[in-house]
Amino acid sequence: MNKRRPYVRSMDGWWRKNPFFVEYMIHEGTALFVAAYAGILLNGLVHLSQGEAAWNVWLLGLKSSWYIGFHVLTLIALGYHTYTWFKIMPRTMPPVVVGGQRLSAWAITGSGLAVAAAAMAALLGLVWGMAR
Amino acid sequence: MSDNQKVIEIEVLRYHPEKDKEPHKQVFEVPFTDDMSVLQGVQYIKDYLDGSLSFRWSCRMAICGSCGMMINGEPSLSCQTFLRDYYPARVRVEALSHFPIERDLVINMEGFMEKLESIQPYIIPKEPRTLQEGEYLQTPEQLNEYEQFSSCINCLLCYAACPQFGLNSSFIGPAATALLHRYNVDSRDGGKAERMELINSEEGVFNCTAVGYCSEVCPKHVDPANAVNQNKTISAADYFLRFLTPKGGAK
Amino acid sequence: MNATNATNAMKTTTRKRSNAPIFWALFGAGGMLSALFGPMLVFITGIAVPLGVVLPKDTMSYPHMLAFAQNLIGKGFIFAIIALFLWHAAHRIFHSLHDIGIHAGTGAKLLCYGLAMVGTVIAAYALLAIGF
Repeated sequence: MNKRRPYVRSMDGWWRKNPFFVEYMIHEGTALFVAAYAGILLNGLVHLSQGEAAWNVWLLGLKSSWYIGFHVLTLIALGYHTYTWFKIMPRTMPPVVVGGQRLSAWAITGSGLAVAAAAMAALLGLVWGMAR
Repeated sequence: MSDNQKVIEIEVLRYHPEKDKEPHKQVFEVPFTDDMSVLQGVQYIKDYLDGSLSFRWSCRMAICGSCGMMINGEPSLSCQTFLRDYYPARVRVEALSHFPIERDLVINMEGFMEKLESIQPYIIPKEPRTLQEGEYLQTPEQLNEYEQFSSCINCLLCYAACPQFGLNSSFIGPAATALLHRYNVDSRDGGKAERMELINSEEGVFNCTAVGYCSEVCPKHVDPANAVNQNKTISAADYFLRFLTPKGGAK
Repeated sequence: MNATNATNAMKTTTRKRSNAPIFWALFGAGGMLSALFGPMLVFITGIAVPLGVVLPKDTMSYPHMLAFAQNLIGKGFIFAIIALFLWHAAHRIFHSLHDIGIHAGTGAKLLCYGLAMVGTVIAAYALLAIGF
């Protein structure tokens, strides 16, 4: 009789067993905040389509300390998403060769973060310019 | 041995299928010197403490890829991991994660062997040449395209680092995809269309969620995560563009 | 000869093509958009405007927002932000459910992507209702 009986270990709680996986679950978890924020914006958009009074109700709601607090948490979560998105980028994109040399992981992450910073500055400037 | 001989505790996950229902821990006290690897510690156990301990090893120099183990929960080659780095704490040794345990530290790698075969890990020549026509020439740039991915030693640390493989063992996984990519981007090879069928399939690259730990643990800096994720882009491009290209692209 | 044999062996196992590229592409687009603009958008709509700091007080007043939502570029921006954020989050949350051991399969898929689809349709409808 065959004595082989390969034992398959459980995957329960795998993500708690290694700091690398804990970090992975945290950056995947930022999606909850992205979803919630998209929901808030969608709600605002629906209010906007219902006229000025409805819009102002939504706008006033944003001033509640619960919403402010939640948006501060969302800001942190989305900031972390930005950081981790570009941190993993050297692993996810095809190699970039500049002048016969492969661009280092640090250079790719750095350029990504620089572009994000520029995009966000431009967005703030644009909104400021349009509102003035 | 002198009186100030250092002794380290090695906790080994044991499993003997003929008598054990499930794996259990066993602690051994192993005298060691600073130049001893974890593999040598495990060999000491087998030679002097318990001859029934099973594990794989061969070269002792990080090139054969046989001695991969979970060492304190991290996939590592036990030949290049040193006991001194854990002393005076206990060091935990376990068979590579995500694989069935055959016996003690020996994993069942049949699933991987099937995957390795399925990627056709050999050059399928673009144009067959006779001996008289000479060798296939390649420029340094063309070599650069795939060289990194050819360094894989099939040690399977990346699979032990990949939770998606752990959750779904039909996923082709990091090393097999890296090797597949190695042939696909080789200028002499013409087998890409055949191999893409596997990449595009439900067992293919889209099981990956870019955890990236596979590339962290790779002892040969193959960066399998990069091979997997580059192929997501290639596969997605084909998915959307296959209706536009006259030949229909890869199946 | 050997290569041909192996090829034939491979052909006998029929593999189902994954339809993941659709969701993966939406995930990637939303992830990139939120990495580039997310934190600043949250700061503007959730913190600066409600608190009346940094930006003019009437930045998100009804006339301003109506004009923005009626502009074709503004419309496109709002739609892209809401829809792609939702698809990004849906894809990540779907995979995270799998990660923590909830392999609900079709059910989880329908719930995650279904909600994103519903949100997308509502956003499109509201933007059309707002007019041009």
